[in-house]
Amino acid sequence: MARGDELIFDVAPYRLSGNVYGVLMNHRAALAALGDAVHQPPYKAPPQSAVLYIKPRNSLVLPGQPVLVDEAVRELEVGAALGVVIGRTACAVSASDALACIAGYVIVADFSVPHEAFFRPAIRFKARDASCVIGANVVARAAITDADALGVRVFVDARLAQRSSTAGTFRGAAQLVSDVSEFMTLSPGDVLMTGVAPGAPRVGAGAAVAIEIDGLGRLEMRVRDAAPGGAA
Amino acid sequence: MKRARVAFAGAVHEATPGATEASIRLADGRVIAGDSAVWLTPVEPGTIIALGLNYADHAKELAFKAQDVPLAFLKSPSSLIGHRGQTRRPADATFMHYECELAVVIGKPARRVARAEALAHVAGYTIANDYAIRDYLENWYRPNLRVKNRDGGTVLGPWLVDAADLPWPPQLELHTSVNGRIVQRGNTRDLVFDIAFLIEYLSGFMTLAPGDVILTGTPEGVIDVAVGDEVVCAIEGIGSLANTIVGDAVFGR
Repeated sequence: MARGDELIFDVAPYRLSGNVYGVLMNHRAALAALGDAVHQPPYKAPPQSAVLYIKPRNSLVLPGQPVLVDEAVRELEVGAALGVVIGRTACAVSASDALACIAGYVIVADFSVPHEAFFRPAIRFKARDASCVIGANVVARAAITDADALGVRVFVDARLAQRSSTAGTFRGAAQLVSDVSEFMTLSPGDVLMTGVAPGAPRVGAGAAVAIEIDGLGRLEMRVRDAAPGGAA
Repeated sequence: MKRARVAFAGAVHEATPGATEASIRLADGRVIAGDSAVWLTPVEPGTIIALGLNYADHAKELAFKAQDVPLAFLKSPSSLIGHRGQTRRPADATFMHYECELAVVIGKPARRVARAEALAHVAGYTIANDYAIRDYLENWYRPNLRVKNRDGGTVLGPWLVDAADLPWPPQLELHTSVNGRIVQRGNTRDLVFDIAFLIEYLSGFMTLAPGDVILTGTPEGVIDVAVGDEVVCAIEGIGSLANTIVGDAVFGR
C-alpha cells in the first residue's frame, strides 16, 4: 500500500519498519569467487566484520509491483536472499540471545546493477528505485527448523536459473543479528538479509522472476522498463 | 523560519527560537529554557545520504585524491540522535572523530531533477555531526556501517532552517569546537560536488522524498575525541549543534 510518498508494509502478522539491510560476501563461495583479489589492493584483506548495505525506501517494492530497470542499466542481478525479520529490539545481543529477537523470515529479492568493484559503497548500483521486493508472508521463526540450511531457487521466465542455499555463510542468521547489534540496534520490523550466493542470474526488462526458499514459499515479480510505455 | 522538535513535559512539540538565546517557544505558547527540553532531530528523516571526501582539503588530509563521482553512502535512522545527545566511544577505539556537515532536507519528491531545478526540492537545512571511528575502516564498501552507522553516531539539529532564509547556493562558514577550542573550519562554498549537483546526481537513480536528508561532507580538521568531550558543530545562519562523548560504562558495556 502506498500512502503519499511513504511505502507502508502492513504484512501480517508483523508490520515491517521499512529499514532493510543487506550483507555483502556473507557466502563463503561468494568471497572465494574473487580469488586472490581479496588479498590485493584495494581490499588487501578479506572482510573482518559484516559488510552491510542499506536498501532505502525508494528501492522497496510491494509484492505484485514491478521491479524497474532503465536504459542506463539494462541488466540487473537477482539477489535471492533470506530476510530475517526482527521481532524484538536487538542491541548488543549474544548469538544465543539473538534468536529470540527474530520474529520470522521472509523472501527478499534484492536487485542490483552488476558491479565488480566493492571498495566503495555502491549506492548507484544497489539503491535504485524499485529494486527490492519483500515477500508478503513473514513465516514465524518457530516454523523454520534451521534458517541456515534452506534451499534457494531462482527462476527466470519459468526456467530454473540458480540453485543455492542459505548454508555456507560466514555468519548464520543469529550470528549476523548478534554482530550487527553490537554497533547498530535492530528494531521490530527491520529486515536483515543474510546474503546472496555467487552466480546470481541477470535479467532485463520483460523478465518474469520467481524466488523460492524452503519453508517460505515463492515470491514472483516482473521486471519492467522504467520509461513510460517501456517493455513489460 | 527556524523550527525544532523537542520533548517537554510529557509530549513532543514543535519549537521556535525564543526572545533570548537560551529560550525556546513551544507551538502551544509556552516559553521554556532550551536546556529544559530534550531535543529531537528536527525532522524524522527518511533516507539519509552522506558524502565522503566532498571538500578537497579533507580529501587531501586523508590522502585521497578527489573523486570523479561523489563518494556517497547511506545511513539509517537508527544512528540518529538530537542536539545535546550522547555518542558512545567504545573502549577499543583509538581514532574517533566528528564531522561537521551542512545537512540538506528534501521538501518535494525529486526524480531526475536537473541542477537548475534543484533548489525547488530543498525544504531547508540543518546541521549534522557525522561521527566516524577509523579503527573499524575496512576496504569493503568503505566506509561501512560499522564505521558510519553506529547507534548515536549521527547528531542532527537543532534547527531546521527554511531554504528561503539562506542564500542559494548556501555559502556558509562552519566550524567545530571541542571543549570550546576551534578545531575545524570550512565554508560550504568549497564543496567538491555542490548541493545542486548532488540532487541531480542522486535523483538520477534514486527518487528523493520529503524528509530525506543529504549530509554534504566535512572539511579538514578532524581530530580524535575523548570521553567527556563536548563537541559543538556550528554553521552560520543555522545554529550550533552540541553533543557529548561518553564511555562504554554509561551503556552498561
